[in-house]
Amino acid sequence: MEPTLLVVQFLNGIQLGTLLFLVASGLTLVFGILDVINLAHGVVYMVGAYAAASTFVRSGSLALAIAIAPVAALLVGLLLDRLVLRFLYDRNHLDQVLATFGVILFVDEAVRAIFGPAALPYPLPPAFEWSLELPGGATYPAWRLVIIVSGLVLAAILFGILHRTRAGMVVRAAATDPGMLAMLGVDIRRLFLVVLGAGSALAGFAGALAGPIVAVQPGMGDSVLILSFVVIVTGGLGSVQGALLGSFLVGLADTLGRSFLTDLLRLLLPPAAANEVGPALASMAIYLVMAIVLLIRPQGLVSLRRAAR
Amino acid sequence: MRAATRAPVSVRKLEGGSVAPLVFVALALAVLGADLWAGPYYVKLLTRAMIVALAALALDLLVGLAGLVSLGHAAFVGIGAYAVGILAEHGITSGWIQWPVALVASAAAAAVIGALSLRTRGVHFIMITLAFAQMLYFAANSLSRYGGDDGLTIWNRSDFGGIVSLADRRTFAWLCFVLLLSVYVALARLSASRFGRVLRGAKDNERRMAALGFAVTRFRLVAFVISGTVAGLAGVLLANLTEFVAPAYMSWHRSGELLAMVVLGGMGSLYGAILGAFAFVLLEELLSRFTTHWALLFGPFLVLVVLVGRGGIAGLLARLGRIR
Repeated sequence: MEPTLLVVQFLNGIQLGTLLFLVASGLTLVFGILDVINLAHGVVYMVGAYAAASTFVRSGSLALAIAIAPVAALLVGLLLDRLVLRFLYDRNHLDQVLATFGVILFVDEAVRAIFGPAALPYPLPPAFEWSLELPGGATYPAWRLVIIVSGLVLAAILFGILHRTRAGMVVRAAATDPGMLAMLGVDIRRLFLVVLGAGSALAGFAGALAGPIVAVQPGMGDSVLILSFVVIVTGGLGSVQGALLGSFLVGLADTLGRSFLTDLLRLLLPPAAANEVGPALASMAIYLVMAIVLLIRPQGLVSLRRAAR
Repeated sequence: MRAATRAPVSVRKLEGGSVAPLVFVALALAVLGADLWAGPYYVKLLTRAMIVALAALALDLLVGLAGLVSLGHAAFVGIGAYAVGILAEHGITSGWIQWPVALVASAAAAAVIGALSLRTRGVHFIMITLAFAQMLYFAANSLSRYGGDDGLTIWNRSDFGGIVSLADRRTFAWLCFVLLLSVYVALARLSASRFGRVLRGAKDNERRMAALGFAVTRFRLVAFVISGTVAGLAGVLLANLTEFVAPAYMSWHRSGELLAMVVLGGMGSLYGAILGAFAFVLLEELLSRFTTHWALLFGPFLVLVVLVGRGGIAGLLARLGRIR
């Protein structure tokens, strides 16, 4: 286990974490404000990736592709709200899960019908096809650095808005105690739409960023959706800070688990057994982390509503 | 306390006093008819629908009766199926070994997953059951010895000596029918028993049931284990029907579909889950004849069922009955 590999895998974990945060932050706020489980959030991420990929292949302009993705995602997010979500605000979680599951089935299939089942080409622009030399001799692909940096900048902006502006304060208040905020005269449903739109745009942006390093194909949103749920449940529902914490925890657990768990197990088990168990355990790592966190703190790492219990 | 010894009328009605026998008579006629006139393809289709119905029945015990929404129930189907597949891979084809091992394995998994998941409520419960199912899904994917993500072909169906031959599709279909009927009767009795009423009471008001002195979590755990075991049985049958087992059996899409069937049929009525499963399997079959993109139609249909179809098929039947 060389230290340079550790650094590279650590960066990969951070990179996965930033992508997850962009998706999970919207998901957690949407849940916090109206208690809505929106499985269709992964669909919006997919829409972002498809919008970016098809724009980039047609126009050749990466800037245009990255700019269009959040807009497309925002429109689809709001459209889904008008068509489906708004009827679910007052329903129970089972109804929300099922109806948004139906949305996933529909949109995944629609994308398959329109763009075909194969992955859409979304090559890296030549300007980003270089790698950064890390101290110690390792290299790190530029595009992944772009993901990390732009993700972190967005996260900083998001926290700035949430914690330094009046609008952000209202959003945080809504995620903590929507009933009280409604009493104070804030239109919760309008606020919800704003947050849903912003969350969708962030998820679409994440899709555009992730496109070149993952396969842009139907159903690509599903795995990200499930990971994001692991993130927000681990971090604490409704809390953006929790989502940030959970994202990096899940991102690091996944990448470090995949690259080092087998080697670690070799220290304990015979090599053949380690080779068999290692990958299995690594792919389960994040769910184990979530289960452990929930067993110790059922409300998640950062709990907004502990006082209400 | 005398009032508590008899279930209220509305509850008895929900248990399908009059509808359920009709459902099973219709089902028996359908199997008979398919065998006589429609041919092996339809017998197999009905068999698959009955197996899926068994899994949906298991889930309805949890969702409809106990109010515990599990989004990971396909995992137990997968465990049952993998137990058969793995034992067969090692040359153990006797059903007398395969079936008990599969049922014990799914019961044990349900006991562990249930004990951990039941520490949470609401959304957390939905998500943690999903997480455990994903865990098992990925574990199955990395079982390179047993086919990994390609899955595992089962060369021989479970062997029960000379008593029943699963290789005969007619026998297999009727075996599934008998199992579905027996499980339905058992679960309906369970639902009408004190045990069922404690679960229903805890669904409506957990705190009150706890104050009445019931160890609610223990009741729920028993329900979870029963449900997981029945789902495991469905997995055993499914593996035998398809002669194949793959991680896809445990994917979260399968779990979502099971939930869809329960709601489509009408939650909490048990026979509704059977109707929902049949509606789902037959709808899938029908739609996929017209188009490979059948999900384009099924997705919106599911949304509509949730939004306007209160009570599902069972609710519809109940309303029709009331008009008459």
